[in-house]
Amino acid sequence: MSTPDLSVEQLDKRFADHVAVNRLSFAVERGSFFSILGPSGCGKTTLLRMIAGFTLPDGGDIRIGGHSMRGVAPNRRPVNMVFQHLALFPMMSVGENVTFGLARRGMKPAERARRAAAMLERVGLAGAGHKRVDQLSGGQRQRVAIARSLVLEPTLLLLDEPLGALDLKLREHMKIELKQLQAAFGTTFVYITHDQSEALVLSDHVAVMNHGRFEQVGTPQQLYYEPAGAFVAGFVGANNRIPGRALGVDGELVEVATAQGWVVRARRSGAIAAGDAVAAFVRPEAASIELDAKQLPPQAVHYAGEVQSLLFDGANSAVLIVEQQTRFEFRVALPQTGRLADLKPGTRVFFGFDPQRALCFAAAAAAGDEHA
Amino acid sequence: MPQRPRLATNMPDAPAPALWQRRVMLAVLLTPALLWLFALIILPHIELALLSLRERIAPRTYAASLTQYRTFFAEPLYWRVFVRTAIMSALATALTLLVAFPVAWIIAKIAHGRASRLLFVVCLIPFWVSETVRALGWLILLRESGVLPALLVRLGITAVPVELLYHDATILIGLVYTSLLFMVVPLVSSLESLDNSLIEAAYDLGGGGLVILRRIVIPHAAPGITAGCIVVFMLTLGNYLTPNLLGGKNSQWFTELIYTQFIVRFNWEQGAAFGFLLLALSTGMVALGLRLSGQRFVDVMRRS
Repeated sequence: MSTPDLSVEQLDKRFADHVAVNRLSFAVERGSFFSILGPSGCGKTTLLRMIAGFTLPDGGDIRIGGHSMRGVAPNRRPVNMVFQHLALFPMMSVGENVTFGLARRGMKPAERARRAAAMLERVGLAGAGHKRVDQLSGGQRQRVAIARSLVLEPTLLLLDEPLGALDLKLREHMKIELKQLQAAFGTTFVYITHDQSEALVLSDHVAVMNHGRFEQVGTPQQLYYEPAGAFVAGFVGANNRIPGRALGVDGELVEVATAQGWVVRARRSGAIAAGDAVAAFVRPEAASIELDAKQLPPQAVHYAGEVQSLLFDGANSAVLIVEQQTRFEFRVALPQTGRLADLKPGTRVFFGFDPQRALCFAAAAAAGDEHA
Repeated sequence: MPQRPRLATNMPDAPAPALWQRRVMLAVLLTPALLWLFALIILPHIELALLSLRERIAPRTYAASLTQYRTFFAEPLYWRVFVRTAIMSALATALTLLVAFPVAWIIAKIAHGRASRLLFVVCLIPFWVSETVRALGWLILLRESGVLPALLVRLGITAVPVELLYHDATILIGLVYTSLLFMVVPLVSSLESLDNSLIEAAYDLGGGGLVILRRIVIPHAAPGITAGCIVVFMLTLGNYLTPNLLGGKNSQWFTELIYTQFIVRFNWEQGAAFGFLLLALSTGMVALGLRLSGQRFVDVMRRS
């Protein structure tokens, strides 16, 4: 395998009262789209700023394209950054924004103009060079910010939640555009976000970050279907979190009882013994709902409940059910066919899930990581 | 309970004021400012303009003439002091900008919270003291028997105490000191509005400190710089006390000439003409400055 474009070794950063990045090591392959996903305050921005060179690490090393970045100033690193609010220069035209970096390298004006024009054309802004930044739409500014960085042919492009400020419709559109741009240029992208959907849609690999460490690094599919711990299971995608104690362990399956006494079964992940505090996770789409218990899949354990509310959201519609005896709130995805879309609150229903598609983790590691 | 649909308005009961009512209100609110402008600025200037355009031909007899302006150009002392005042004021403005910029940068970008507010207050403190007392402070420091010459002797830098007052440099120091705050305030507000990520982005794209200053910081702060320069230049040009006290008799300021004409020589006609020449100078210099920096007066005053 070739040298990774970015490799981080034992990186450490502490601020007065907390550890922002805690002895972190990882590598990003050449040409891949790597996302760092985490809640706000998890240290991802600090990590990105250390890679860009704006923040100095307390320990460890960052190697970009095989070279150590120790003592290398941001303006000498082969990385460029797309800022959260893009940070386009309002005092310059679009063309001047794109040529700014080239001019710093001492390139001749004619060559600069030629490269800037070619780059603007590649991002679909041909002929926009003379425009002022404030004449562009949000999506066009995004493309200028990327063009301004990519024209310098960096080894690594860092993106700091660049879609955060856009409205939903544009964000969905820009997600696709970003992925296509990355594929077209082949530059290694390191993208940080707190939006799991951005990370899943865009990335080849995602690192889930929490408290200055990576909880798990893997493909989006691995994170979704095989979360390594309770934090990842709770953070990536929608999930029903059922906290409780392990009543008994039967090979692969754990029997979990909630404090109110609801008993469910889930597949064991990691070492769990009877009596341990655990949390079971069931994805809404792994559970089924029927008006008649007989129609539920045979491998599912059935529970009776009552519809609390219907959360209609097109293909992502779900229904919130409270379990009959323990009043535990449970979310089940509605069938895509539109069947049951007319459920009314208060309706008595049956629901269940295949224990093989539910995961059970020891809860100790998850303490304090709960996300509302 | 029966419910009637109600339109949501800010004032459900009172109808919106009629147009004439709003106009009357506006007129009432503007009256003090307009009166002030008219009684203290426009009226005296009309009077001065008329004064400057006449000549005394016999006791209590006057005739319209341009003699006052002709005298100004004919007498080298007058126009030399005029040019000198203009150059010194421009120099003082440039020096003030040089001194104020790092101060404003520290207040706006480097210090945070309390420290930043404290630094601002430190800039303000000299203004709690009257200008006269401040100028006298410089006298105490700089005169031959003062603090600084004594210190220079003590340190062995000069053999005997030297007179540090009454030089052009002394006037410049005094003027910069007096004007500093008026430059710092607009600079701080324009630098504060500069998004730090622009600086970082420029750095990230390969820019060094000087490039960032020239391409990012100064263009962004241009309205603030221009506003500060206009205010400081006008204040300096029209300053009387500081050049008078620190400059002594060898270095006349144009305002001193105006004072002499009005008060000492009782030649109001000549003094009025000088006043108008000073007004023309300050207007012309400001216009030139705006032209050179590519700014518009209205934008500068609105943005800073």
